[in-house]
Amino acid sequence: MKLKRLAISEEGFVFDPETGNSYTVNETGLLILKKLREGLSLEEIAEIMNEEYGISREEALRDIQDFLEAMARFGLWEEKYG
Amino acid sequence: MKRPYQKPTILKLQVGFLREKKSSLSRMVRQEIDGVPVAELAEKFGSPLFVFSEKRLREQFRYLKRLFEGHYPRVEFSWSYKTNYLDAICRIFHQEGATAEVVSNFEYEKARRLGVPGDQIVFNGPYKPKEILRQAVLEGARINVDSLDEILDLEEIARETGEKLRIGLRVNMDTGIYPRWDRFGFNLESGEVLNVARRIAAGGRLEVVGLHCHQGTFILEPEAYGRAAEKLVDLSQKLENDFGWTIEYLDLGGGFPSRNRLKGLYLPPEVAVPPLSEYAEKIARALLTRLPAGDYPLLILETGRALVDEAGFLITTVRALKRLPDGRRAYILDAGVNLLFTAFWYHFRVEVEREIPGPPEPCVLYGPLCMNIDVVEESALLPPLARGTRLVLSPVGAYNVTQWMQFITYRPRVVLVTENGNAEVIREAETLEDIVRREKIPEHLK
Ligand SMILES: Cc1ncc(COP(=O)(O)O)c(C=O)c1O
Repeated sequence: MKLKRLAISEEGFVFDPETGNSYTVNETGLLILKKLREGLSLEEIAEIMNEEYGISREEALRDIQDFLEAMARFGLWEEKYG
Repeated sequence: MKRPYQKPTILKLQVGFLREKKSSLSRMVRQEIDGVPVAELAEKFGSPLFVFSEKRLREQFRYLKRLFEGHYPRVEFSWSYKTNYLDAICRIFHQEGATAEVVSNFEYEKARRLGVPGDQIVFNGPYKPKEILRQAVLEGARINVDSLDEILDLEEIARETGEKLRIGLRVNMDTGIYPRWDRFGFNLESGEVLNVARRIAAGGRLEVVGLHCHQGTFILEPEAYGRAAEKLVDLSQKLENDFGWTIEYLDLGGGFPSRNRLKGLYLPPEVAVPPLSEYAEKIARALLTRLPAGDYPLLILETGRALVDEAGFLITTVRALKRLPDGRRAYILDAGVNLLFTAFWYHFRVEVEREIPGPPEPCVLYGPLCMNIDVVEESALLPPLARGTRLVLSPVGAYNVTQWMQFITYRPRVVLVTENGNAEVIREAETLEDIVRREKIPEHLK
């Protein structure tokens, strides 16, 4: 999967070696990317965000989906989650 | 205690954003200028508004003066009028001990009107109308000659006065930088300077007492000044030996950079712009190693932008929001390239008057002109701004309040924040009357 090929730094720099494009993600974005790479599901990530930041699981899930949509627009996210 | 939550964001980095990521994010807010709140300035004097800091002007001048005087015994700073010739700004530099460097009849007259004596004026430029040239000669200005035709004019004036005139020669040369400003003065490498010197000596009416070399502006190579200084010293020794003149001053012009971000430069100014101390060191080393001990001509520096740029700010207000077809946000400001001529060459620092929540996003800053070229910044990185938000652009102290234009709309006020924290108007806003006063309607159109 595409995500595996990305170089992601601790500071939130994301480099796509295929296109040479660079991106920057904020702390929350970085958390989502890392957890996705670890193979966690969206629900599990929402759970972690709930614990870390105290936001509701629903809000977290919505924000994750919004984030993945932005990733998809950049061609960084292809998989369909159901 | 939970950590504060931010919605996840991802932004594509353009080359330009990568470069400024750190500095722009950490310095995005500016609430005050020398202790005076930005909001207060805008409410009292209007927006847009140019704001100059007297403290910064004086501190920068004193810093540069001390720096150069610490390296070379005889230094004169001559304030480059074209960089900013507002009376109050010139006054500050003259009070600090700067002479005036002018390049036209207008600038010469403005300096004289401000009370600068003729012998405290350096007169440069490719076209010095005969009348003002004569006045400058009579008032003892230092005149740096640009062309052979000007030499002819000066010889004629010398005939009128019956006295031998003391002049300087502007020289252009290869100092290893590009672009080379070789249209001003006489070329060194081609031998033109020496030919002209012969011609002057043969004429018998003029005497060369100074050499001038202004290489360009925003020069990022201190070594170029070292080379220029070396070449001027060598040339002065040659002229002294061959023609018996005494070269009393070497004028290295202006061109030191300010901490501004030149377009096309990858690195932020903190990294790309060498410290001014390097310029002082290179110049002094070149001079001191070549000049005979104790025989030190006056070193003149016509530093413009490095003295004034960082003391100038522009407060501007977001007047409308837009979304471009490519999805980027755009803002329409009340200040455009009519006021910010230097926006064509530099990326200004863009600061918001207060902390705005939300992730920075790429956006475009447009001016208010109904013209496609009116782009203040094509790639700013700002949080989502509401209508009415004020921005502070800097550094804008150099070349904007001289090269601005009356186009489509009025030019705004300029204020000076004084050393004790008062804001004083140093130029009033333009009115319709200012603009139409000089117009005339022929009878048949009335
Ligand atoms: C002859 C001369 N001296 C001084 C200056 C000031 O240059 P800067 O603002 O780069 O220091 C200029 C600017 O073009 C100039 O033409």
